[in-house]
Amino acid sequence: MSDVLVQSPAEKKPLLGKKERKLITDPLSDNNPVTIQVLGICSALAVTTQMKPTMVMALSVTAVVALSNLVISLMRNAIPPRIRIIVQLTVVSVLVILVDQILKAYMYDISKQLSVFVGLIITNCIVMGRLEAYAMGNKPFPSLLDGLGNGFGYGAVILTVAFFRELLGSGKLFGFKVIPDAVYEAGYVNNGLMMIPAGALFVVACYIWVQRSFAKHLEEKE
Amino acid sequence: MEFLKKKILELRPDFEKGGKYAQFHTLFDGFATFLFTPDRVSRGGTHIKAGIDLKRTMFFVILAMVPSLLFGIFNVGHQHFLALGEFAGSPLNGLWDKFFYGALKVLPIVIVSYSVGLGIEFFVASKKGHAINEGFLVSGMLIPLVLPPDIPLWMVGLSTAFAVVFAKEVFGGTGMNVLNVALTARVFLFFAYPTFMSGDQVWISEKPDVYSGATALANAAATGTPFQISADQPWNYSLQDMVVGLIPGSIGETSKIAILLGAAFLIITGIGSGVIMISVILGALLMGLIFNGIGMTPFMNMPFYLHLAMGGLLFGAVFMATDPVTAAHTGTGKWIYGLLVGMMAVMIRVFNPAYPEGIMLAVLFGNVMAPLIDNYVVQANIARRNKRLAARTSLA
Repeated sequence: MSDVLVQSPAEKKPLLGKKERKLITDPLSDNNPVTIQVLGICSALAVTTQMKPTMVMALSVTAVVALSNLVISLMRNAIPPRIRIIVQLTVVSVLVILVDQILKAYMYDISKQLSVFVGLIITNCIVMGRLEAYAMGNKPFPSLLDGLGNGFGYGAVILTVAFFRELLGSGKLFGFKVIPDAVYEAGYVNNGLMMIPAGALFVVACYIWVQRSFAKHLEEKE
Repeated sequence: MEFLKKKILELRPDFEKGGKYAQFHTLFDGFATFLFTPDRVSRGGTHIKAGIDLKRTMFFVILAMVPSLLFGIFNVGHQHFLALGEFAGSPLNGLWDKFFYGALKVLPIVIVSYSVGLGIEFFVASKKGHAINEGFLVSGMLIPLVLPPDIPLWMVGLSTAFAVVFAKEVFGGTGMNVLNVALTARVFLFFAYPTFMSGDQVWISEKPDVYSGATALANAAATGTPFQISADQPWNYSLQDMVVGLIPGSIGETSKIAILLGAAFLIITGIGSGVIMISVILGALLMGLIFNGIGMTPFMNMPFYLHLAMGGLLFGAVFMATDPVTAAHTGTGKWIYGLLVGMMAVMIRVFNPAYPEGIMLAVLFGNVMAPLIDNYVVQANIARRNKRLAARTSLA
């Protein structure tokens, strides 16, 4: 019990030290869940035709990943290893149902637009991946940060994809027309490929291409 | 020619390493070897001695496409004037007007496709520092032939750029592509700008709105026979028109005679695989026969051989499916690949009214399957020979 009375050096550390900041920034680029770990691709293809629902989706996933990381990390020493997947799933599904109900209550239109994909956050590989890879073996606070970082990393990618898909596919951003009528009169036509999920694959591919041409250290050595 | 040769030899030192235009070496080399056989000789390793290289191969394929291109140019004009009601009677009436009009429509598409594609090719080649590959010479001619005549030129440029970058350069350039480049360009346009690539309105250049532009394929999908045509059109397609090619359609696909001339040229010179052409056609006929047997819809009941006379099936079989890079390589594999493509093409036509032209998707599907087919053919061959070896050793 003497540990509690004597302040250990570890507790003097600032709330957001270098290591903690890295937990947030790493998933944004060098360890991005979508473009590097190739997780959560399905929803990156499915919900990204428009910016607005994509934004909501990104926030929902961030909330679920961060909170489930936190909860599982708090419970990690009490979970028997053999049934840990079931426990994780239970926690995640509770959070997903909460998010779904909140969306239905306050953003009904968008919730209808996202339809099953909110419920399908439970199958998003990022959630389970972070629980298994991080929350099961780390303290609650870093786990929360890791969840936030991965949520932001996921959000950054799907928002970029949605930006190009909405701009090229329907000439709009957040539902507002941004390509002027004069351009259409000159013969420009919206690109239908961007409206089908296959189009998102090309945008994700370009994202990975651009990212890797800037970050050479990510290239696999031959 | 002598003058050119002298000039090239004179200029060459400037483009060699250390010369003042050394950074344009690939460009210079590309043009010089296009005009003359290079004096470099491969040394070391195992080589097959042959008088043909990539440039000559590509050039022969282009020669094989010339009949389709010329007829396509004529037919664009012919359909246009027919829709306007001018030059009635024999199709040869107003031949030069039709030809001139068609050339005005088709040549810009050819120029855009070539300049965009070759531009990217040259840029990548000089950036990577390897020699310019001639793979695009054929793709650049195939792309215009599979497009409708009124396609906006910027779409041609965009789709060409997309196809060259995504279907070819990212896989490592000529000879490494998984998908046929020209078809990738077409499939891009088909999904990105469907209103410009399908329907009844796009196949006749600048036609009056009241005039039905339904293709033979669209007629067949709607009524079960390609010949019937709506009341606003003053004449019917006949089998003869469809074989000669006097029907609306993509620029190069309409004339079956011109395509067969090209096919004969490819087979005689040994450039294109006759096995693939025949197996695609057999696959299509087989599927047509099966559908005749089932006979649930009018389109299924259409006589099976008519499938060959309409749409781009024959063009795809001769020029697209035989692409030596993306087709199957093994002997048995070519038969399986061809039959698969032919059967898929007719199946997509008959089952999916949204995609009237099945051959495009069928060839791309075949391209994706080709390495798998080759793999199983090779494995089967190894297994058979192992078995034979085992049988022989057990006898001894």
